[in-house]
Amino acid sequence: MNATDVGGPAQPLLAVRGLVKHFPLKKDVLGRGGGVVRAVDGIDFDVRKGETLGVVGESGCGKSTTARLLMQLIAPDRGEVVFDGEGVGSRALPLKAFRRQAQMVFQDSYASLNPRLTMEDSIAFAPQVHGLGRKAAVARARDLLARVGLEPSRFAERYPHELSGGQRQRVNIARALALQPRLVILDEAVSALDKSVEAQVLNLLLDLKDEFGLTYIFISHDLNVVRYMSDRVMVMYLGQVAEIGASETLFQAPAHPYTRALLSSIPSMDPDRRTEQPPLAGDPPNPIDPPSGCRFHTRCVHAEAVCSARGPQLGPVAAGQSVACWMHVPGSGHSAAPVALREAA
Amino acid sequence: MSGTDTPYVDIRGLRVTFGDGRKQVRAVNGVDLQVQRGEAVALIGESGSGKSVTLRSLLRLHPPKRTKIEGAIRVGDTDVLGLAPGPLAAFRGKVAAMIFQEPLLAMDPVYPVGAQIVEAIRRHEPVTQAEAHARALQLFERVRIPSPERRLQAYPHEMSGGMRQRAMIALALACRPQLLLADEPTTALDATVQIQILLLLRELQRELGLSVIFVTHDIGAAVEVADRIAVMYAGRIVEEGPAATLIRAPRHPYTLALLRSRADGALAKGTRLQTIPGAPPDLSALPAGCAFAERCGLALPICRDTQPGSVRPVAGHAVRCLRTDATAPILDGATP
Repeated sequence: MNATDVGGPAQPLLAVRGLVKHFPLKKDVLGRGGGVVRAVDGIDFDVRKGETLGVVGESGCGKSTTARLLMQLIAPDRGEVVFDGEGVGSRALPLKAFRRQAQMVFQDSYASLNPRLTMEDSIAFAPQVHGLGRKAAVARARDLLARVGLEPSRFAERYPHELSGGQRQRVNIARALALQPRLVILDEAVSALDKSVEAQVLNLLLDLKDEFGLTYIFISHDLNVVRYMSDRVMVMYLGQVAEIGASETLFQAPAHPYTRALLSSIPSMDPDRRTEQPPLAGDPPNPIDPPSGCRFHTRCVHAEAVCSARGPQLGPVAAGQSVACWMHVPGSGHSAAPVALREAA
Repeated sequence: MSGTDTPYVDIRGLRVTFGDGRKQVRAVNGVDLQVQRGEAVALIGESGSGKSVTLRSLLRLHPPKRTKIEGAIRVGDTDVLGLAPGPLAAFRGKVAAMIFQEPLLAMDPVYPVGAQIVEAIRRHEPVTQAEAHARALQLFERVRIPSPERRLQAYPHEMSGGMRQRAMIALALACRPQLLLADEPTTALDATVQIQILLLLRELQRELGLSVIFVTHDIGAAVEVADRIAVMYAGRIVEEGPAATLIRAPRHPYTLALLRSRADGALAKGTRLQTIPGAPPDLSALPAGCAFAERCGLALPICRDTQPGSVRPVAGHAVRCLRTDATAPILDGATP
């Protein structure tokens, strides 16, 4: 499946630069309202070939909007998405060619499937759109059904309502793989499943990744699952990236106060060491009117004047770990920041 | 369950069956559960395990025409299943109150939250509007809603998710119930808000001396709140015990497998999770024997034929399994 590899292993499979998406709100009859939801507000990141990038954050942080922007299901206001060196939607990589290489699995396994198509037809649909003959497409569909653990002779002719949630999600995964993509975006793909079924699907995803040399973007609100699945993790807060880094580094030594709070919100699983103090007060603010400066400053225990005045940029703190926080910027004016090595002239 | 005093909540042989003559869904198949005064018990299980159905039976929230409830439920001195409509309405909210998963659906969208609390108080107690309002304000302060006076005037949709769940808790506590029933109260919330609500529930439970039955699919959330945990599978409680015992020394193969299949971060990257094969059974066609036998690696032929009785490895820990002899060695070898 790496026949289409263009730039070699060092070139990121996906490079995202300055991605912005604002959703304008309608004014009511009296002319009130009319704000803007800043769903994704200037994010940059790379996805390396063969890795799993986990994306975490709370509702309204923009993780699902990011996924839809990457898939070009909605058009970005600004910014670019570069797939293996070529701009998505450019002449070198038109949308249809891009979609053959990047596929997505959604949370709602039932809504994702056409209720009037059998499993085999659902999976064979996209390959036929992209020019594969009917016979070959059905053969591929049956192959994939077997590959995701659904016996083709039993499941190929069934309709979505005849399957359980876990089985349907296996079909959705098979369908995403039917075009032999290189990148698969999993947007809360296991969140609706029961724990015992979730583990089966996670194992399946790991097996398929090895077998087909896939790259995953794994979006989830479940931090334990993200840690288990991901090589690197990106933490989002109100439309921006708070921190990104190698999964183990980020989970063991989180640099952003928000990442720390998020991680200590995970229930302890130890009755003798229950959580005594909630790490954060209040709910995430509304992305319609996000706080000034660093968007986390309204809930951050370390916030100082500089934090509400200006927004920090994402910058490196350790090998492979970047954070957007004034406490890590030398000479930023935050009392916890390292001393600047030399003042700018 | 070990004490000599009578439990505050006593459920015996509860069976709940939904459906008409043609297809019967046996959602709960013989649940026994006792909860002491001031004790918090978590009912955990997957979807379809019967945990929510058990909880809702305590307030008799199931549609009476399509539901058959058998067994006995006693709360304090009240025989819940025998209550006539009038006393049942007095019982709901006053003795036992419930917190739902989605407060936006549970609250009335066209009245301010404060008005709904005032209405609930005045429905049960002969107090004036002003007295009820003052108590609503106290409740909002109690559940730590910022600027409570202003929030009482807010409509449910004007509040954030965490705030709404706090308001829902205030509403449930309005008539000073002794028993708080919580049905997945934090499932729809973000991680940082979930932990706030869990800690609030724990604090209120302790300070008001409430008995709490907390339904969740999240073992982690159960551990944060509950003294005791009961694990449900296919409409039965398969294992029950103190939270620490359940987490550290579970003896039912289902509980063991459930804990092992968690992606807890302690596992090495690249290793595969231990999974439970198959899927939960069809509740309209339950097997004669143990419902988990088909998915259980330790099952013997006898497991498929007979309903296992209760085994008590230690006092206060009950397991419905014929193979607890085989789970003890597994446990010794595998727990970290």
